[in-house]
Amino acid sequence: MEIEILAFGITKDIIGNKSLKLKVETPCRVRDLKILLKKDYPKLELLTSLMIAVNENYGDLDLLLQEGDEIALIPPVAGG
Amino acid sequence: MKVIDIILTNEKLSLEKAVDFVRAEQAGGIVTFVGTVRNQTKGKKVIRLEFEAYEKMALSEMRKIAEQILFDFEINSVAIYHRTGNLSIGEIPVVIAVSAPHRKAAFAACEFAMDRLKKTVPIWKKEFFEDGAVWVSAHP
Repeated sequence: MEIEILAFGITKDIIGNKSLKLKVETPCRVRDLKILLKKDYPKLELLTSLMIAVNENYGDLDLLLQEGDEIALIPPVAGG
Repeated sequence: MKVIDIILTNEKLSLEKAVDFVRAEQAGGIVTFVGTVRNQTKGKKVIRLEFEAYEKMALSEMRKIAEQILFDFEINSVAIYHRTGNLSIGEIPVVIAVSAPHRKAAFAACEFAMDRLKKTVPIWKKEFFEDGAVWVSAHP
């Protein structure tokens, strides 16, 4: 399936865009997506942390991605 | 009566608005936290900050924090405001106000909310120095 991934903060700089379309094999879990992305963009590996949000909630590594999910890269947050 | 007020905006935050929102007849006091943009980081002069948010999720994470402190502490109401965009030194990126019958709960809830906000709300801060810029906390 094809998924679209939103990027914020430093991940936007690393990917060079505010979103990204990616073809992934199903089933695809959050864990698999992180491995794929870190392979394509090795600089993601250097971050303090990288969370994946699915439909505006932090996704566990085991969470299965579905077609049409809103997926976002969440590098270390720094509000306040 | 509404007991939670959440705002994410690129316009100036109003402490007065937050205080007015949480003011309640049952309350014995109001505790507020106002974040301000500091002029240096580890001795390096900061020119300005830029805040970026994943807006929909930031709003829902801010609301979760408000709901959690209402559940966990003996408080009346809470306002959590955060700003996005470019901020100069001394400007206010965050305001939290909590009212409670007794002050201890208000202090504790306000501190908990601020600590939590820094950990869970998807907002990012870029610090601009004279010789470049960095995303805060991105790298170890």
